[in-house]
Amino acid sequence: MDFGLSEEQEMLQETVRGFAQNECPTTRLRELFDEGNGHDPALWQALAEMGVAGLTVPEEQGGAGMEFLDLALVAEVLGEFALPSPFIGHSLAIQGILLAGSEAQCASLLPALASGELIASIALQESDVVWAPSDWTAKFEGDRLSGTKTYVSHAKVADRLLVGVQGGEFVWVDTKAEGVEIEDLGAIDRTQPMSRVTFTGAQAIKLEGGPGTASGLLDAAAALLAADAFGAASKLIDLDVAYSLEREQFGQPIAQFQSIKHTIARLGLDIEPARALYWYAAHALDHLPAEASRAASIAKAHITDRAMNAARESVELHGGYGFTWECEVQMWFKRIMVDRAIYGTPDEHRDRSAALGGY
Amino acid sequence: MDLEYSAEHEAFREEVRTFLKGWPLIGDEANLPKEEQEQIFRKRGIDAGYVYRSVPKQYGGSEQPQDAIKDQIVIKEFYAANAPRDLLSQGAGLLVPTLLEFGTEEQKERYVPPALTGEQNWCQGYSEPGSGSDLASLQCQARLEGDEWVINGQKIWTSSAQRAQMMFGLFRTEPDAKKHEGISYLLIPMDTPGVEVRPLREMGGGYEFNEVFFTDARIPAGNIVAARGQGWQVSRATLVHERNLIGNPNMMNEALADLIALARERTLNGRPAITDPGIRRRIAEIEGYVETSRLSNMRQFTAANRGEMIKAMRPMMMNKVFSTDAMQLIMKCAYDLLGGDGVIAPTDADNEGWGQRDSTASGWVLRYIFSMGPAIAGGASNIQLNIIGERGYGLPRDMRPPK
Ligand SMILES: Cc1cc2nc3c(=O)[nH]c(=O)nc-3n(C[C@H](O)[C@H](O)[C@H](O)COP(=O)(O)OP(=O)(O)OC[C@H]3O[C@@H](n4cnc5c(N)ncnc54)[C@H](O)[C@@H]3O)c2cc1C
Repeated sequence: MDFGLSEEQEMLQETVRGFAQNECPTTRLRELFDEGNGHDPALWQALAEMGVAGLTVPEEQGGAGMEFLDLALVAEVLGEFALPSPFIGHSLAIQGILLAGSEAQCASLLPALASGELIASIALQESDVVWAPSDWTAKFEGDRLSGTKTYVSHAKVADRLLVGVQGGEFVWVDTKAEGVEIEDLGAIDRTQPMSRVTFTGAQAIKLEGGPGTASGLLDAAAALLAADAFGAASKLIDLDVAYSLEREQFGQPIAQFQSIKHTIARLGLDIEPARALYWYAAHALDHLPAEASRAASIAKAHITDRAMNAARESVELHGGYGFTWECEVQMWFKRIMVDRAIYGTPDEHRDRSAALGGY
Repeated sequence: MDLEYSAEHEAFREEVRTFLKGWPLIGDEANLPKEEQEQIFRKRGIDAGYVYRSVPKQYGGSEQPQDAIKDQIVIKEFYAANAPRDLLSQGAGLLVPTLLEFGTEEQKERYVPPALTGEQNWCQGYSEPGSGSDLASLQCQARLEGDEWVINGQKIWTSSAQRAQMMFGLFRTEPDAKKHEGISYLLIPMDTPGVEVRPLREMGGGYEFNEVFFTDARIPAGNIVAARGQGWQVSRATLVHERNLIGNPNMMNEALADLIALARERTLNGRPAITDPGIRRRIAEIEGYVETSRLSNMRQFTAANRGEMIKAMRPMMMNKVFSTDAMQLIMKCAYDLLGGDGVIAPTDADNEGWGQRDSTASGWVLRYIFSMGPAIAGGASNIQLNIIGERGYGLPRDMRPPK
């Protein structure tokens, strides 16, 4: 009985953190944010060399052979730095292949993803409210894919997409294929560009796992977004602490005002204990299949909800400066908006966890 | 990360489960008064090594090698069986650890065993009318005259003083010393002439806490724990135990289960409330907090077990406010589910003993009212938030008037 990280896991987080500190400090983040591609090939290349592109891919297919929990731990750190990269979509596409691909499909598709040579993303959501596999309408007939997917993150930099189709199955499609049209939606978080992707008879291959694998991918998405939001909110609390110690009004640091101190303490209460919530959701995906869906929904609903609240409080704590484009708070604020809004809002995940909880 | 028990711990759990088949008692023993039954079983639990595991045998504990996982198994299994184990009373929960840390040999031998069995009940005399959050400003005075302390003044909000044979408390013994250095930790027999307990009626209607007045009450000079003027440090240690006692995740899981049961029973818009989408979301939101608490406790427990408590300091100092707030969310939701029944006053039976699980409407009304208690008792939430801000996040202390 042990509910804590191993030394290797702590080291993994420290390694990625050290890398992000050097290679993507806030000054660099700001540049990437303003560029709006959500992608820096050099940064991605370096992450891939660290093994981050294929963390959960088995070693014989060129990956690091780690667990989903390790992936979530990395997601936390990338959220902490709001690091622009296709990591989440790419990792989830890999999870989809691991869940639904045949042995031969895994062997042929995973190596190029694990090395980072090819970038992938996922295309599941079809409208503001249609994200659950049972509602997917995209069609796969013969070897042709038709339908529209939206809020596809990093579609323009992705080489391949994992697409959810009618019946809760997945197909794999090349973004350069004929019949694939990508339209930029102008994303609020400029580290995560969002597109609508229209497929008109695009050639694709179907993953052979059959129906029933799709909900596992949504659980994985929920857990990763929760981890990302946790990292982002923790970073905001650090920014709040630093700013409250530095900013003076009425002749004293604003941290000296008890209402500011209590605000920060309350944000801490909302976020810090919830670390255990995403750990558990990720651990359940690895080891406790009966618990996984419910744990993922609880983590997604609770953490993204509380993180969004922390982001709003953080803006207020920074005063007029907090309301500016220049203030760094906005970048994490928007990251959390995305974590909260896609693949099920807190309300939707609460409905799901209530049903799964037997009430 | 591994949530399975090892073979050794799995075997231990089986052992505990087998032992727990002995509760409830059967045969003649089942006809004894409830309290006696509990004492008998608690004694068996001590002999078997499950109860008071960290207390030395010579003082009435079972003195087991430290094993946080076994501790946890015992708590879980005893809880599930609703079997008597370590008392969470002021005596067993607060005084005993303090005496084990600071008491003399004689004090330990004399006071620890009866506190563990509950034969001797203790109350906590800290708060005074003018000194609550700013406890160190306390004024109730003890003066050494010959070989006796002579006590004058007043304590207030003293829980269960009416049933206590003894009080541990803080008294000003060095009026000329600095605020925190003039306080001593004294042990007072409640039947001492000059000690008078007056019940206070709580907002729920019951009489669980009291005022205690001292008029030239004389106790032996030896009834002091640690040296004169060290009472403040001693009491800090006690408060740590008190906070642990309050952050018990079992209580919250149980309250959530009760809330779900209540939602199944009650009607909203002509159908069972549990089918109402708004209520479902509200309960699911509360479950987010309850799960956070359960898992955060598991994380802290693992850190303690690995000897790395330092890594879990922040979540640990958050336990009290977190559980207070989550419990309030549960009780507010329960109160809404009562609808018009929320106007019914708690009965005397509801009031018997604090924090009981009572599923009548008036029982829920009382639980709703009582969920305010933890926000005040054992360190008000505002004070806890100061601690989290200052020790958890390194923010400056409040401005305080000069001493
Ligand atoms: C159910 C219950 C049982 C109790 N049992 C016992 C017992 O057995 N023995 C015992 O000794 N005491 C007991 N108490 C007393 C309890 O410890 C005190 O009530 C508590 O410490 C608060 O003190 P106070 O009542 O004087 O409130 P005050 O300290 O006057 O506080 C009033 C309000 O001011 C706020 N406040 C105070 N100082 C600050 C600050 N620095 N910054 C911001 N806000 C501040 C508080 O948060 C609170 O909201 C019990 C209380 C309750 C409710």
